[in-house]
Amino acid sequence: MHMADALISPVVGGTLWVVSGGLIAFCARKVKQTLRDNLVPMMGVLGAFIFAAQMINFSIPGTGSSGHLGGGLILTVLIGPYAAFLVIASVLTVQAFFFADGGLLALGCNIFNLGFFPAFVAYPLIYRVIAKNQHGTSRAWVAALVAAVVGLQLGAFSVVLETKASGISELPFGAFVLMMLPIHLAIGVVEGLATATVISFVARARPEALPTAPASGASVSLRPVLIGLAITTVIIGGVVSWFASTHPDGLEWSMAKVSGKEELESPGAGIHESLAKVQEKTAFLPDYGFKFTEAAPETAASAEHAAAPETEPWPAVNAGTSVAGIVGGLMTLVLACLVGFVFRTRSIQSAHGQG
Amino acid sequence: MSHHVVEVRDLSFAYPDGTEALKEISFRIEHGEAVAIVGANGAGKSTILLHLNGYLPITHGIIRIGDVLLTRETAALARQAVGMVFQNPDDQLFMPTVAEDVAFGPLNAGLPPDQIESRVTSALERVRMLHVRERPPYRLSAGEKRSVAIATVLAMAPDILVMDEPSSNLDPRARRRLIDLLRSFEHTKIIATHDLELVVEVCSRVIVLDNGAVVADGQASDILSDESLMLAHGLERPHILGHIHPH
Amino acid sequence: MGITDWIEIGRMDELGRMDTPAHRIDARAKAIVTLAFIVVVMSFPCHEISALTPFLLYPIVLLSLGRIPLRYILRKILIAAPFALVIGILNPFIDRQPLSVIGPFVVTGGWVSFVSIMFRFILTVGAALTLVACTGMYRLGAGLEKIGVPRVFVVQLLFLYRYLFVVSNEAVTMMRSAALRSAGRSLSFRVYISMISHLLLRSMDRADRVYRAMIARGFDGEVRVLRQSAFHWPDAIFVCGCLILFLLARIWNIADGLGQLLAGGVL
Repeated sequence: MHMADALISPVVGGTLWVVSGGLIAFCARKVKQTLRDNLVPMMGVLGAFIFAAQMINFSIPGTGSSGHLGGGLILTVLIGPYAAFLVIASVLTVQAFFFADGGLLALGCNIFNLGFFPAFVAYPLIYRVIAKNQHGTSRAWVAALVAAVVGLQLGAFSVVLETKASGISELPFGAFVLMMLPIHLAIGVVEGLATATVISFVARARPEALPTAPASGASVSLRPVLIGLAITTVIIGGVVSWFASTHPDGLEWSMAKVSGKEELESPGAGIHESLAKVQEKTAFLPDYGFKFTEAAPETAASAEHAAAPETEPWPAVNAGTSVAGIVGGLMTLVLACLVGFVFRTRSIQSAHGQG
Repeated sequence: MSHHVVEVRDLSFAYPDGTEALKEISFRIEHGEAVAIVGANGAGKSTILLHLNGYLPITHGIIRIGDVLLTRETAALARQAVGMVFQNPDDQLFMPTVAEDVAFGPLNAGLPPDQIESRVTSALERVRMLHVRERPPYRLSAGEKRSVAIATVLAMAPDILVMDEPSSNLDPRARRRLIDLLRSFEHTKIIATHDLELVVEVCSRVIVLDNGAVVADGQASDILSDESLMLAHGLERPHILGHIHPH
Repeated sequence: MGITDWIEIGRMDELGRMDTPAHRIDARAKAIVTLAFIVVVMSFPCHEISALTPFLLYPIVLLSLGRIPLRYILRKILIAAPFALVIGILNPFIDRQPLSVIGPFVVTGGWVSFVSIMFRFILTVGAALTLVACTGMYRLGAGLEKIGVPRVFVVQLLFLYRYLFVVSNEAVTMMRSAALRSAGRSLSFRVYISMISHLLLRSMDRADRVYRAMIARGFDGEVRVLRQSAFHWPDAIFVCGCLILFLLARIWNIADGLGQLLAGGVL
């Protein structure tokens, strides 16, 4: 459920960058304070482990599909929330860099969705409460299952919120939720099972590697987490309201879109408006423009024409669809390739000149 | 160089799970000696080495490095005198580039930048690896990795070199280079290994461990050519000795 | 993720360590420009296409200067495409408001925004891959620290990257030996768990050994590094130049202007 840059607006991406960046700085300070020197290599190698473990897929019986480990919860149980959050963040960063998995603008969102919820919600509020550090017991199994499911559900829900706030995907909120949550329910169950089995294996093979007494250094005070949650809520709330206020006609626009589905039976005002706009844009090539005026009722189009131009709703119909745009775009593409070719030859030549 | 003696007296050690790894071990290694510690797997070689580095807590017996009695408090001091080359170079080379890895120890010692630079250069020169200084360690061959691992330790200017299986995973040519390199060092050397041919060429003295206890300690040629002793402790007589001491 | 990805990362690492004009630009400069690029591209309204085309210049020029094979980057972009594709492809079904007619085809808002999404995807992912291919993880890490990313996190990134190669190798070996004995069937959950668990234990043991090697060389919790990298004039010019160009391309639709010019000439 890595989010991609292409679906995120700079405001949402930037906000989550700030939130995740703050969390990283906070966790980095906390990890430094723990005075467990061996955390440095442990975190690094465990990050590599998560990466490598995600290369291994197993088949999910009866579905023909395969799954792999997320690993957030396992990490948190092993090395505590602060170190685990940093490890998850580093894994996602390297994945974004090298596999374009997620993307840079979406990195803040991904770190938050996949790191914050397992480390600061699912682990302290669910896993620790239920499992009580009795690793490998049936309590711990239930704990891992519930924690993994809740963590992933929150993460998936957060993906929906971020995508909706960005306004690039047109997927309705309800449909998106209905699509994401059941999928991640299944993923969460698998993740929970995997987490519980792996932890109980480690508990048997290396009992000293797991925190045993609740009093050991891994305990989390809930205050900073709750404060973090509150801040996040305020920020996200702020973003959404900011978004809403810059596009006061957003609701109207979405209504028009819903009505747009019945365009064949009863052409609504929204269509005429946009058709008129298109016509205006494409007018310099009469052939194309002519077809439009034929297709749309002339009176309505011209009536709307006067009112439309400056008060266009925000996903403005623009030059992107006009012929000029297409011609110009293609030209730019050709130019870009040419420029690239020239630079490449020059770069190679200069390298030969030096060598 | 100061008078650096390694003295181990009555050292015993049991792991938390109860395994008795060392039983009343005693030996004394003089300055400049080259000593091999040999023995079958699980004989306790690695445990001794970890002790020399102050990594394991001393529960019974004493270890003295030069004038320093090894304790929790003096471990950092002892580590400056004892340079440890671990078995797997991948565990030892953890920094992004060779140069940074070699600089890691000197930087921790708080040396000024210009001195660090000269330490790095001379250590890499010493193992003839100056040409890989900007490369990342994972891009090196096994032999190069080993040489660089040794350089990381040399850069700390230790008096005593401790090595765990230095010739493992090396191809014959890299192994030959390693042996020549080891022979060129004037440091006190303590080498734990299964490679008995290497012992013949590099070490003058051999300590045989079995089941956590010292079963033999003496001149390398004497011990290694004692076929019954070697066989009794899960080892074998190196073939290279065949021509030197025919039985 | 799969075994092929693991080979890919080695390739990317090789590209990142080359020495070309693009690689010589300071990592900080490239990181800042890349971020600005992505933010500007994503700030366009969601039906925009033509105004985005000039932005292709940035990754193409940098990749060319860096002598990075374009086909390689393109393939990586394609591999990463599914998520954006899955979410984006729904747009044409939801937004069926017609915007234009080209020949016999009616172009709806959904299709336009879908194309726009995919185009942005290519641009943003391309820019990120360009950054890494022309900088390399190591220089990037050093640059991030100079920008102000906490040392603990940068060290974590570099350690992760260092052991990625080692641990992945172990995973690949395990998978290979499992595949040899499983007669072509994919891994069952039980086998999978046991592999993961062993991989985890091995990793934890390795971390212990690395820690030992670190304290043997005086590690006290602080990773110290000796890095010298200066921000030179050309780097500053690169940053300013790129930012100005991005801004210009954001304000004026260059492609549209070009098209108008051409169309005007023809008619």
